[in-house]
Amino acid sequence: MKFLKSLIIASLFGLSAVAANAATLDDVKTKGFIQCGSNPGLTGFGVPDDQGNWTGFDVDFCRAIAAAVFGDATKVKFSPLNAKERFTALQSGAIDVLSRNSTWTMSRDTTLGLTFAAVTYYDGQGFMVPNKLNVKSAKELNGASVCVQTGTTTELNLADYFKANKMEYKVVAFEKNEEVLKAYQEGRCDVYSTDQSGLYAEVLKFTNPGDHMVLPEIISKEPLGPVVRQGDAQWFNIVKWVHGAMLNAEELGVTSKNVDEMKASTNPEIQRLLSVKVKNPDGTDADNDFGKGLGLGPDWAYNIVKMVGNYGEVFDKNLAQLKIARGKNALWSQGGLQYAAPIR
Amino acid sequence: MTQQSDDQRNSSAPVRGGVDLLYSPKLRGIVSQLIVLLLLAGGIYWIVTNTQANLVKLNQNFGFDFLNKASGFDLSTSLIQYSSDSTFSRALLAGFYNTALVSILGIIFATIIGFIVGVMRLSKNLVVSSAATIYIEIIRNIPLLLQIFIWYALVLKPLPGTKQAINFFDTVFISNRGIIAPHVIFGEGSWISVTLLISALIGTWVFRRWSRKRQEATGQILPAWWISIPIIIAAPILGLLIAGWPLIWDYPVLSGFNFKGGVTLVPEFIALFLALVIYTATFIAEIVRSGIIAVSHGQSEASHALGLDNGKTLRLVVIPQAMRIIIPPLTSQYLNLTKNSSLAVAVGYPDLMYTAGTVNNQSGKAIEVYSIALVVYLTTSLVTSLLMNWFNARVKLVER
Repeated sequence: MKFLKSLIIASLFGLSAVAANAATLDDVKTKGFIQCGSNPGLTGFGVPDDQGNWTGFDVDFCRAIAAAVFGDATKVKFSPLNAKERFTALQSGAIDVLSRNSTWTMSRDTTLGLTFAAVTYYDGQGFMVPNKLNVKSAKELNGASVCVQTGTTTELNLADYFKANKMEYKVVAFEKNEEVLKAYQEGRCDVYSTDQSGLYAEVLKFTNPGDHMVLPEIISKEPLGPVVRQGDAQWFNIVKWVHGAMLNAEELGVTSKNVDEMKASTNPEIQRLLSVKVKNPDGTDADNDFGKGLGLGPDWAYNIVKMVGNYGEVFDKNLAQLKIARGKNALWSQGGLQYAAPIR
Repeated sequence: MTQQSDDQRNSSAPVRGGVDLLYSPKLRGIVSQLIVLLLLAGGIYWIVTNTQANLVKLNQNFGFDFLNKASGFDLSTSLIQYSSDSTFSRALLAGFYNTALVSILGIIFATIIGFIVGVMRLSKNLVVSSAATIYIEIIRNIPLLLQIFIWYALVLKPLPGTKQAINFFDTVFISNRGIIAPHVIFGEGSWISVTLLISALIGTWVFRRWSRKRQEATGQILPAWWISIPIIIAAPILGLLIAGWPLIWDYPVLSGFNFKGGVTLVPEFIALFLALVIYTATFIAEIVRSGIIAVSHGQSEASHALGLDNGKTLRLVVIPQAMRIIIPPLTSQYLNLTKNSSLAVAVGYPDLMYTAGTVNNQSGKAIEVYSIALVVYLTTSLVTSLLMNWFNARVKLVER
């Protein structure tokens, strides 16, 4: 009996692994919701409140996908994942998309069987120290103990940075972010290092945020974005173009508040974004439906903007509390790096 | 068909072969075992091919080539030379050594404490026995993971920073970075000391054999331990004196943020070690107690009647018999301790499981990395088991 039971369990696991590789869009539609891998608790990016309602920049991106696919931004379930679990969860099919401030690197893109669909947030790694340490620059950190999370690019950049600057350091690495923060606050290490957005987010949780400072150095490029499995071009396109639609909407001034009025706009770019049918001179309708190419309905982008907002709205809503400037994440037209291909 | 006719003959059934065949226990046994075997083989085949197929679909190839790549990450503590330039395989090796360190030290100390507490619990002194009972009942009923967290907080919280480190004569420093002690480097001529130590060990072993023979022949008892232990201690010291004391001490010195030089026991190790020892010792104490109780009271009475005192009765009569009962469950506790050491992940002590997790994450080779970890843990456990079985075979009752 025991053997039979374990065989059944094994076959269920096997089957789910097979199913994971079918077209993700069909899977998601059958399930009726999107399973989104999120951060277990990073203020501004993905954090549940005491009722289990998730808020954050990364979380809203998953809601935007749900809005595009179902026309309902609530049809999404979140799986909180720590750094170590996240890629395995996506590989095994436990989640449909990973939107959890993950850095796009070449090895992750080429050896994990995964693909980064877009860069939703340009970040860089920084250091935080207690004020009482009297350190003004990362170059003064020779010999310091540094707390980081394992399985991140942070721990790799850290080794590179200290090696490049011919400095010594001791790493103290934990699997969970809370453990890293606790160790830093208890003085187990002198420095806490993660992406700069993370530093600004985490310092808010401290009892005395004023006692800590972020050092000026940014030691790495951290392009963060959503990840999907390789080999499913349709799903990859959907995730990529959800980001594209949010950026185009901001660029065109389409917001969640004015999107209905914008449907009447005569600007052809807005008409294409919102799939507004245009009358030909001979009286027939000209199709402006770009959702079809994604396997979605014509209202895909309208729903994203209406239900979640454009890129700038989502950014301000979630990240203003961290007092992070748009910086590199401003639109290209405003001196930033956020640039999406046109919808046409 | 030959199978059937064989079976007919063996079951010595008369003419009605068909029906009897159905009830033949031998045939039924063979058939049911064959079915189970086929299902098992099919199941394994299916799991393997399914995994392979899925890996191909995920554009991932199975292989161990990644082990030679530079790991890129550092470890907080390692017994071997290791840096971010080392390979993934070396990271796993460093992790294995850390597991071995905490397991071996843990087993030694848990055994010592377990034996003491086990005997204490049998003491006639009420204070002693109830102290042991309270310790056992509290500790073994609290989950180990929780205890590791508690010890980590207890180790880390009250300790000062490096600049206010508790200082023992400028040699040993205790701070929230761990215990930092001087590191000994054996200089030239140390081989004399090692040679003398080895010869002392061999010499005392021969001496103890001789003294036992002498006791069997004449009944006179020599204090063999009191003679051999000083010799074993004195021999290497003598060797060092001959060589002109070639020891170089590397003292820890506070420079900047941290101590430089010396050896460091990180707080993560200390917390894990304390938790494992104190938790496992309770189980060992109970095993020891049950082993001693199981030796019939008549044995100690007989021993007393022969004029042996309490200590000798315990050492020569009760414990040797109790060991036969103690060793098999003790083996399981040793295996438990080794496997429980993988909870190190919780406090960030870089043991095998921790490094396997990091290597998996940085290389993306989950199946390969975890199968290595699996094989290593399995081998370690089997070797422990083998050693303990050998020891058990030595002490068990030889029946003639």
